Formats: sequence, C-alpha cells, structure tokens
Amino acid sequence: MGQTLYEKVFNAHVVREVAGETPLIYIDRQLAHEVTSPQAFSGLRATGRKMRQPSKTIATMDHNVSTRSLAIDACGDQSETQLRTLRANCEEFGVELFGLGHINQGIVHVMGPEQGLTLPGTTIVCGDSHTATHGAFGAISFGIGTSEVEHVMATQTLKQPRFKTMKVQVNGKLHESLSAKDVILAIAGVTTSSGGTGYAIEFCGTAIEALSMEGRMTLCNMSIEIGAKVGMIAPDQTTIDYVEGRPFAPKGDAWDEAVEYWSTLKSDDDAEFDAVVELNADDISPMVTWGTNPGQVIGVNDPIPSPADFTDAVAADSCAKARSYMGIKDGQKLTDLAIDVVFIGSCTNGRIEDIRAVAEVAQGKKVAENVEAIVVPGSGLVKKQAEDEGLDKILIDAGFEWRLPGCSMCLAMNDDKLGAGQRCASTSNRNFEGRQGRGGRTHLVSPSMAAAAAIAGRFADVREI
Amino acid sequence: MAGIQKMISVAAPLDRSNVDTDQIIPKQFLTKVERVGFGEHCFHDWRYLDEAGTQVNPDFILNQPVYQDAHILVTRENFGCGSSREHAPWALKEMGYTIILAPSFADIFYGNALNNGMLPVKLSEQVIDVIMKQLLAEPGAQMTVDLESKTVIAPDGTCYDFDLNDFHRECLLKGLDSIGWTLQFEDAISEYEAKIPAWRS
Ligand code: SF4
Repeated sequence: MGQTLYEKVFNAHVVREVAGETPLIYIDRQLAHEVTSPQAFSGLRATGRKMRQPSKTIATMDHNVSTRSLAIDACGDQSETQLRTLRANCEEFGVELFGLGHINQGIVHVMGPEQGLTLPGTTIVCGDSHTATHGAFGAISFGIGTSEVEHVMATQTLKQPRFKTMKVQVNGKLHESLSAKDVILAIAGVTTSSGGTGYAIEFCGTAIEALSMEGRMTLCNMSIEIGAKVGMIAPDQTTIDYVEGRPFAPKGDAWDEAVEYWSTLKSDDDAEFDAVVELNADDISPMVTWGTNPGQVIGVNDPIPSPADFTDAVAADSCAKARSYMGIKDGQKLTDLAIDVVFIGSCTNGRIEDIRAVAEVAQGKKVAENVEAIVVPGSGLVKKQAEDEGLDKILIDAGFEWRLPGCSMCLAMNDDKLGAGQRCASTSNRNFEGRQGRGGRTHLVSPSMAAAAAIAGRFADVREI
Repeated sequence: MAGIQKMISVAAPLDRSNVDTDQIIPKQFLTKVERVGFGEHCFHDWRYLDEAGTQVNPDFILNQPVYQDAHILVTRENFGCGSSREHAPWALKEMGYTIILAPSFADIFYGNALNNGMLPVKLSEQVIDVIMKQLLAEPGAQMTVDLESKTVIAPDGTCYDFDLNDFHRECLLKGLDSIGWTLQFEDAISEYEAKIPAWRS
C-alpha cells in the first residue's frame, strides 16, 4: 500500500520507534515567542541542561506587543517582563531573536515562511496551536505545550503519536470574491470544530492547488479549529517559487537536492486515508461564524440556526448558549447585525494578499460611522510591502487605522480588545467566548468580508459590493 | 514530579462540552514567566462576576463548598480545545484537579496534561453521562481512580476500565520527567543528526 504525504514526512523523521512506546521524532525547526517560552528556558536553567541545537530555534515578539508603540513597556509591567525575559533568554542560550522594531519581527507564523524557515518535508513546532500554518508547505507542523518546548530545546526531538489521516478534498472553482478563509470555514461547518481531532489532515483538490501560498497558509492555519494538530498540502511549483531565495532557504547544491526530494512529497495514488471529506468550491458562499466555535458557521445569507434545528441535545444546548452569548435575537439574519469593531490581521489573515484584498474593497469608500476598523499587518515585512504598494494610504483614506505588527486583537493580550457586548467582524481564527475581550462577540470572516462589513456597518455579501 | 497511583476524592461535575483553554485560563493571565500562580485564575470568567476576580460567582458549580477539595473533574466531550497554552493544565492542577474524566480531549491538551503529571481519563459518552448524573444528584460524592489497574469506580460503586498507553502510565506511576527519558537515547539522536541532508541542516 502507498503512503500518504504525512506518513512520508513522519517516517523521514523517526529517531526511535519501538512497540508500546510513543515514537520519538526529530524536530527540524522550533519557533518561539514571549508567552510560551519563559518557563521552558527556566526549566533548562533549573536542571542545568543546554539547548542541543540553538540555531534551530528562532524567536520573535508577537503575542503581547503593542500595535501603537514600539516601546517595550507599552502594554504594562507583566508584558514588559515577558518581552525582556525573552530577550535575556535568547542572549543567554544563543537563540536568534527578531525583537521589537526589527524589520523581520512579526507573528511567528507569518515570520517563519517569510524568512524561508518553513520548508517542505520538515518538522516544525511552536508553542502556539496555529503552528499547522506551516503545513501549507508540506511540513509536519504543530502546536506544542511549554514542557514540549523545553523538550525540543534539550533534545531536538519530541515524542509524537502517529495520527490517523484525513483527506479533505475541495474540487471546483471558488467565486472570485471568495478566499481560502471561506473554504476553511466551510470545511469547519461540515466537520464541526472537533471533527479533525486525532487526525493529520491533507488538503487537496483543484480548488486547493489553485490557491497561492498565502491562501494555503490561511487554510492550514485553521486545521486546529477543526481539531487537527496537523494540516498539510503537498508542495508543488507554487511552493517552490515561494521558498526560493528567502534568507534561510537552502542555496546552491543543497537547493537542487531539496527540490528533487520535494517532488516526491505527495500522497501515493494507492495511499489510504482513515477518513475523507469532500466539498465543491462552487457551492461555497462568503462564510460568517454566528456562534462561539468555528464550526458554528454559515453562508452570509443563510438563516442562523436555532436550537430547534438540532436533534442532538448537546448540540441544541450549545446552539442556545452561543446565541445568547452572541446576542442573537429570534428572526435576525447575519446581515441585520450591526458591527462595532472590525479587526483585520492575525496569522490567519495578516499577510500581504489579505491586505490587498481589504484595500481592493475599501478603495474609494468610507468605513461606516460608529465602526472602529483596525488593520494590523502580520510582520514588519508585510507592513513595508503594503506601504510600498500604497495600500496603507488607501486604507487610511477609507477610515481604517494602520497599525504596527503583532497578534493584537486575535487574542487581545495587548490593549487591542473588545468591550463587553461589542460585536466584531474579525479575520482571526477563534470566536470563543471572551477570546477578543470579556463579553466580546466575535464573528470570523475573510478579509474582504471584513472590509465589506466595515463599510456597510453590518455584515454584507462581498459579492454585491 | 510526584507519581499518581490511586486517587480517592470528591469528583466535581462540569456539565459542559467543548470547554476551551481560553475558558480554563483566559489570556490576560498568561503574562507570567513562572509556572505557578495560575490556579486562582482557573475558569476566571465563570468563577468570578467581575474582571478583577473579587466577586465569586455563586452560580458556578465549582465554587460550591463541597468541591473545594475535589481532585477529580468530570466533564463532557472535547475538553481543552483551542490554544496550546500549557497554562491550562498548570491552572487546573493548581486548582486541585489532577484527574479529568471526559469522553474526549483535544489532542494538544491531552499531551500537555500528561506532561504535567495529570491523568486525563477517556470514558465513553454513555459512561460519562451516567457518572455526571450521579454526581449532579449527589453533590460531594466520591470516586476512585486507580492508575495501576486502569479502573474508575463511579459513585454508585460500578467499576469501569479505561485505556492509557504504557509509556504514559509508567511515567505517571513513577513521576518520570520526559526529557530525562529521551536523553537516554542521545546516541540515537546523534546518529540521526549525522544523516540529515544538507538542505535540512
Ligand atoms: S495571531 Fe493569534 S493565533 Fe496567530 S500566533 Fe498570534 S495569537 Fe496565535
């Protein structure tokens, strides 16, 4: 029987595999940030252990940096302590850091691919659950906890079970105003937010092949939102063109060797998957979440579900709880809901293509009164590129705020947060209760849908704008 | 890390599915650089009526006096979904919950819990439902979880088996540190590293 892409990459990384024991696999790259690394570094210090390969870990500051100021103390004492601790730890252990104000600084999952740290056929980990983003390149990439961060630092390996495999095939052609975000939200609507638990997903099909690397990253980024730690896409020419020439990408003979190997990285025709999900891109409309997990999602013109629509008692109860938290009244449609805040950014949708999509919708229009709309580029390089293209001007003229790079309102650890009851159209990845601020109501959408909402002051079908 | 062999304790019912790690420990408490100090903020938004955490929410079940010494938490499917933050198991453990029973756990949380000497026990949805009902009917009821024999005794005395991979069971029983375990195989790691192709090194 043939092998899946996941199995090929996994097999190439096994250091030790013995019956009855979880396999030990080699980790090629670790990305680190200020929130989930301090306890790992202090663990090393407490046990007198060294980092095995300090050059294989790269750090950045993103989770709690300010998007208004480069000052290290802009977000309060504790954040400052974390940022300073990261800087001191990186110096002590010899880890390269892209700190505040560095042009490469940005959200880990934006920075990694930009720098060529993310390569097909590698294993990549980070103490952040959206690490599956890098799977867009055909890497096995997943989020880990702090004990595991320390484990990788000390041993450059991790114990990882072999996951079951799931194929998510999307054929057909996506409407031109839609994007990868609509595709992954539509998938979440089918699988629910836990349908992928225990699986490594491979996304494939003509609609996936047609996506740019940015789009593929958006897709894999949200694998965890359907429960899967790992989401992957087989590398192809699009992938190779993106990686070539980036600072950390291999050069010369090593590059040729890599490209040759990468061409073998696809699931064999006779490979078997433990589960298969199929969607047709032609059927996908602009998606908006209505509830408090990413699986609670519908097309913008579809009716919002009510508890009576569910036969399963747990699902009905979770629908009722979500409607009440989200402040949705009987008979309301998504397009009736007025928006207070629009957030464009995050490792899901903070890349240059996302900012271009927003600028395209916003050009020559104005953000509705009473709507606060912020655009937070995913990295220093994204910010610069957008400014070189004049996108910041278009956005500022339309009434958007143009901010400094970071995670920002994706998790609201800095001062960008929702107030209780505020409704937000957000391009991030999680709509959990309180994620963007206690009592805040998050609706996940694509960048162009967020821009459309900013202008209309309520949800609107971007195909009609 | 102390090992877990057998636990007899009050079990607290948290009758919710999809409890995510943002709920277990909201992000505003993630700015610490130590591993302690998270317990008092565990389930913060449910546990307290105000943001500052000064007014205890009397309606939140885990606030009831009978559960203050509980070490076993019984909950519904997909527990620990969302963010990879290990602060979630740190917070739960510090709050007193070393053993969690649920029909399913999110993958990252499951690994994180084990790495912190906690025992996530998977039982079928039906069994959890039966136990949940018993606990809700009789607040303060005790349960037994025996790691040696991999069994759980419900409040009504029924015994259920559960599954756990041998490696994790060993580590939990002996309180082993997983880095120390891996470092036994340093030679295998070096051997692997010697074979890594140039483009990947
Ligand atoms: S943008 Fe959000 S999801 Fe992405 S790394 Fe930052 S906090 Fe995590």
